[in-house]
Amino acid sequence: MGKYKPVIGLEIHVQLSTRTKLFCSCSADVFNSAPNTHICPVCTGQPGALPVTNEEAIEYAVKAAYAMNFKVHEYSRFDRKNYFYPDLPKGYQITQYFHPIATNGYLELDVDGKKKKVRLRRLHVEEDAGKMIHEGDSMSAKSFVDYNRSGVPLIEIVTEPDIESPKEARLFLEKLRSIVRYIGISSGDMEKGALRCDANISVVDEESGRSSNRVEVKNMNSFKFVERALEYEYSRIVNAMKNGENVPQETRGWITRDKRTISMRSKEEESDYRYFPEPDIPPVVISKEKLEYIRRSLPELPDEKKKRFMDEYGLPEYDASVITSDKDLADLYEMTVKITGKPKETSNWFMTELLRMMNEKGVDDVENLKVTPQHFKEIFDLIDSGRVTKNMAKEVFREVFETGKSPSEVVRNKGLEVVTDEARIKEILLEAMKRNPKAVEQYRSGKQGVIGYFIGQVMKATGGKADPKVVQKVFQGIIKN
Amino acid sequence: MKISDFIGAREEKIKGLLKDIKKRDKDINAFLTLLENPEIPEGPYSGVPIAIKDNITTEGIRTTCGSKILENFIPPYNATVIEKLRKAGFVVIGKTNMDEFAMGSTTENSAFFPTKNPRDTERVPGGSSGGSAAAVAAGMVPVALGSDTGGSIRQPAALTGVFGFKPTYGVVSRYGLVAYASSLDQIGPLATTVEDIATVMDVISGKDEKDSTTSDVKLNFRGFKDIEISGRNAVIVKEMMEYEGLDSEVAKSFEEFVKTLEKMGVSVRRVSLPTIKYSIATYYIVAPAEVSSNLARFDGIRYGLRVSGENLKELYLKTRNAGFGEEVKRRILLGTFTLSAAYYDAYFEKAQKVRRKISEEMYEVLEDNDYMISPTSPIVAPKIGEKTDPLSLYLMDFYTIPANLAGIPAINIPFGEVRGLPVGMQIMGGRFSDASVLALAWKVEKAMG
Repeated sequence: MGKYKPVIGLEIHVQLSTRTKLFCSCSADVFNSAPNTHICPVCTGQPGALPVTNEEAIEYAVKAAYAMNFKVHEYSRFDRKNYFYPDLPKGYQITQYFHPIATNGYLELDVDGKKKKVRLRRLHVEEDAGKMIHEGDSMSAKSFVDYNRSGVPLIEIVTEPDIESPKEARLFLEKLRSIVRYIGISSGDMEKGALRCDANISVVDEESGRSSNRVEVKNMNSFKFVERALEYEYSRIVNAMKNGENVPQETRGWITRDKRTISMRSKEEESDYRYFPEPDIPPVVISKEKLEYIRRSLPELPDEKKKRFMDEYGLPEYDASVITSDKDLADLYEMTVKITGKPKETSNWFMTELLRMMNEKGVDDVENLKVTPQHFKEIFDLIDSGRVTKNMAKEVFREVFETGKSPSEVVRNKGLEVVTDEARIKEILLEAMKRNPKAVEQYRSGKQGVIGYFIGQVMKATGGKADPKVVQKVFQGIIKN
Repeated sequence: MKISDFIGAREEKIKGLLKDIKKRDKDINAFLTLLENPEIPEGPYSGVPIAIKDNITTEGIRTTCGSKILENFIPPYNATVIEKLRKAGFVVIGKTNMDEFAMGSTTENSAFFPTKNPRDTERVPGGSSGGSAAAVAAGMVPVALGSDTGGSIRQPAALTGVFGFKPTYGVVSRYGLVAYASSLDQIGPLATTVEDIATVMDVISGKDEKDSTTSDVKLNFRGFKDIEISGRNAVIVKEMMEYEGLDSEVAKSFEEFVKTLEKMGVSVRRVSLPTIKYSIATYYIVAPAEVSSNLARFDGIRYGLRVSGENLKELYLKTRNAGFGEEVKRRILLGTFTLSAAYYDAYFEKAQKVRRKISEEMYEVLEDNDYMISPTSPIVAPKIGEKTDPLSLYLMDFYTIPANLAGIPAINIPFGEVRGLPVGMQIMGGRFSDASVLALAWKVEKAMG
């Protein structure tokens, strides 16, 4: 990006998939529920109600912290962040400001084949707010509040400003999502709001050493939009710097429809949140033993799995990292290899056919796949036994992917089986040779390439179902006699 | 009036009592809400009437906190203490008047009307649990619940001549107590005998899963009379006795009190706690800071008063301006100021440190000594309207505030009269020595006959 270097830091909120909310026993699984059906005196801020910390949420946060190489603290504390908004029932959010549960972590990214470390400043636990629902135009506007989400546990992860391009920001988020899914603490679904990201960006003119003010960007509800919004902001800031204009320190929002950001509020309009220790909740104290137990019970993480796939299955780094980016995909791979005994071939099929079909058909979730390891085994067997060609196998796979039918059934139903009947092939060949004796002559006189013409003729007659090797063999047999 | 007078009472007796209260309360104004048909649950104390300070939530029964902003608020749930009282058979007969959100020392800060002192209706009953104290002192109920953040149970008990007990912080659940200052608030009973105080404590105390600041230390309120008193020692804090606002006749009563203790075999000596003189300053930073946050939920959105405006901000401003009284606004402003980023270190953080220091000094003395004693209030009940400037009202809490800052148990013992008005003495003890504090109070009660 030339001499103008972007400096990006991210703040990510991850909704934890605990059974209950952070401070009450309402269900935390509130997505798509009718408004105000998961509420109680605590999460609607009734007078006199008190918060009681959900230990499962603390454990999830510790898991996340260890998975992201954080230092986890035995002592942390909740604080109140005070501000007024209708979706915030108590007039304050319970969060961890002074003593977060974890500090100093990092994630490692692969950026165009190079390793890149992004340092993480802190990870803390906090409660989500409710949701405002606006109805009608400005004259007859009505606003409603849905408190279902109020009190759902979140972790907030804050990076250092180590991210150097919008693309790196996207890669970072993909990595982070992969981790939270691996350890099973969140769905990581950005579209459903289970993962939210705000970004801070400033630009340094490397020639003069001058730096722009920092701009915060909000309202980006997909990885793609994070990348786009940051690209937009980068060029907006660079243009301003080139023109010698001041870039005000402000908060801007991404407008998906217009593919641009607009100013939401200036620095002067920022609130003083008057943080202070939450007196209703004793400090969170976790014993060394408990921390160690949680750390040790972490599942294999993406980076570890990738390395193992390279060592154990001999996969190239790129394939290994693609397959291990999603835990379910990696699991499917391993189960498939277990029954096929073919790590390399399996990985080739995953990397090409499976991922292409998932992409084409918009299947994001490996859990929803109809293809099973057994299906791969059958396909490999069909190829090995010569019953289908590789190209036919791909066609079979597509059908299996869409219908979940077994490959042999697909072959049967579609009549896709290779024509291996040599008598039939011979018949077709003899016919073709009769029609074109000139070509036969050419072959006899040493023009080996002409064989392609005859193979083509057989393919045409069999609808592509003949095995070229068999055709070749039969053809040579006829010539010799 | 005692608990034992009512055990087993049925509808007729309760109805009779209510009729009587209705008549007599015209002169006292102890109650904000008096029930017509209170539920009489089964249990060991079935039939015993109890009055509840109006900042403790009662399902289906209006809970105002003495404020316009909650004038018509009917809570959807019961406080833990209410659930416990019901299980034991107590009959909640009504909700008592109080200074708005428990901020005040005279009950004159009630948004509805002041309560009068049954011992002299020209005078205040103290506060903020003035309604509960007056109801007990007037013989309307044998027991009442109050809440104590800086003396709000003990001081009105002293000014009306009844027993009032603030337990160790964490002994009684605060779930359902509308928060004033969460780190200081504690619910406790008012009664005419120490035995009745102990009975109510036995019912309402204990670990509560809904309040994570409650302790699982088990206290023996049933066996408090067996605790040996002779040979114990008590301290008088020099700095407390040097307080210039102490009425000389109250000071004389206190000397009598010391003699009474000594006669029982309690040795009394003086100690110096140099930091205790900063108690009021510390309290008036810590408490308002918590107030500014605790009272943010009264915004007109979900419950309580709403005054509409052109936009959201105007709705907030109009609602809170109309809903809160002067003293509440003053403390919200104070707290908003001391918590703001620019002043946090200089005020709130420093006050937290001083609070720790005061507490540590008190814990240290209470490690070697069983009790700390003082008058409960430096003065007897002032006349209604007599004290108006906030500072002189704040200073009335000089003896009671330290127990809240340190979270230790403290009781008011009615100890005779000064100029015909009740005077009260305070006994404090170490954390979780609640039963032992009651034991000494009971001995004094017996000694006075």
